[in-house]
Amino acid sequence: MTPFHLYMAQRLSALVMAPFVLVHLGVMIYAIQGGLTAAEILGRTQGSAFWFLFYGMFVVAVSIHAALGLRVILSEWAGLRGTALNALSCAIGFGLLVLGARAVWAVTAGGVS
Amino acid sequence: MSEREIISVTVQRGGPEAPQYPQVFEVPAFESQTVLDVVSWIQQNADPTLTYRFACRVGMCGSCAMMVNGVPRWTCRTHVNKVLKGGKIEIGPLRNLPVIKDLAADMDPFFDKWVAAEGRHHPTLSRDDAIAEIDPEQPARVEASLGIECINCSICYSACDTVAGDSDYLGPAALQRAWTLYNDGKDADKDAILDAVSGKGGCHSCHSMGSCTAYCPNGLDPLSAIAGLKRATTQRFFRGRAK
Repeated sequence: MTPFHLYMAQRLSALVMAPFVLVHLGVMIYAIQGGLTAAEILGRTQGSAFWFLFYGMFVVAVSIHAALGLRVILSEWAGLRGTALNALSCAIGFGLLVLGARAVWAVTAGGVS
Repeated sequence: MSEREIISVTVQRGGPEAPQYPQVFEVPAFESQTVLDVVSWIQQNADPTLTYRFACRVGMCGSCAMMVNGVPRWTCRTHVNKVLKGGKIEIGPLRNLPVIKDLAADMDPFFDKWVAAEGRHHPTLSRDDAIAEIDPEQPARVEASLGIECINCSICYSACDTVAGDSDYLGPAALQRAWTLYNDGKDADKDAILDAVSGKGGCHSCHSMGSCTAYCPNGLDPLSAIAGLKRATTQRFFRGRAK
């Protein structure tokens, strides 16, 4: 991965995230009109391939985008370089992916929560 | 401003061989006095050991840039009455560069990065060929012409916070030079330029903060030049290399 590839990965992940953010916020605002319980949310998301793919791709894009953004901050502000920088950035990306994937699985696969 | 007024000038002294420290000089104020005049007055009348650099005194050579009240400026074209704060001025060596002594910064990293950004001509023709005609109105030439008045003063490099955070970053001047050559119809190796600005510390490290454009004394716009390089590298990524 050259710096240019990291740049492209961050821009492309942003491109993927932009419509997801808009749809996510739009659905949230629409869905909570008149109140919404956890059971009602799960009733709509569990077993839904659409929401699994929607939030699954969202989580992948967020993990890439946030890890690359934090990588620059760690480099310029904390002075990390080389292996330490790459290892910590990968750990952040992987951590976000695991946390996000667990949440997506919990609300779309059914039965877990 | 009458001649009896006195300016309190704080000059950053020292360098790698002695710890840096601020030294205050009392300098008489004159009409139409520039910051370079102030520094020269100190060197000629108060302390001949003061080290600084200048050549043309008219804003052409790019030698006399210094930090004035914490801001990079070309001192020969900066009038004292524009920067005076309560009768005081602070003058220091350019930021983001090693200090040789007092107000003289080591410009080597700055010029090394011009070379690293492939800021050199790749000829399309030899001396035996006829000179190719270039239409000055052609869009690429217009874009190239926007950057050719750079005087290599390093003010943009000193102003850049990305350079401050990342010593590998090529900096605005070198990248603007690369963009100028990229748009030059007489340059034969555009891929080499894009390769050079796509590596570690290349144009993609720029955060578009725009201090380069804000502080350029010649009113150039390295920020847009760097954005142009980002666009060109991205287009090459999707369209593939020219060859």
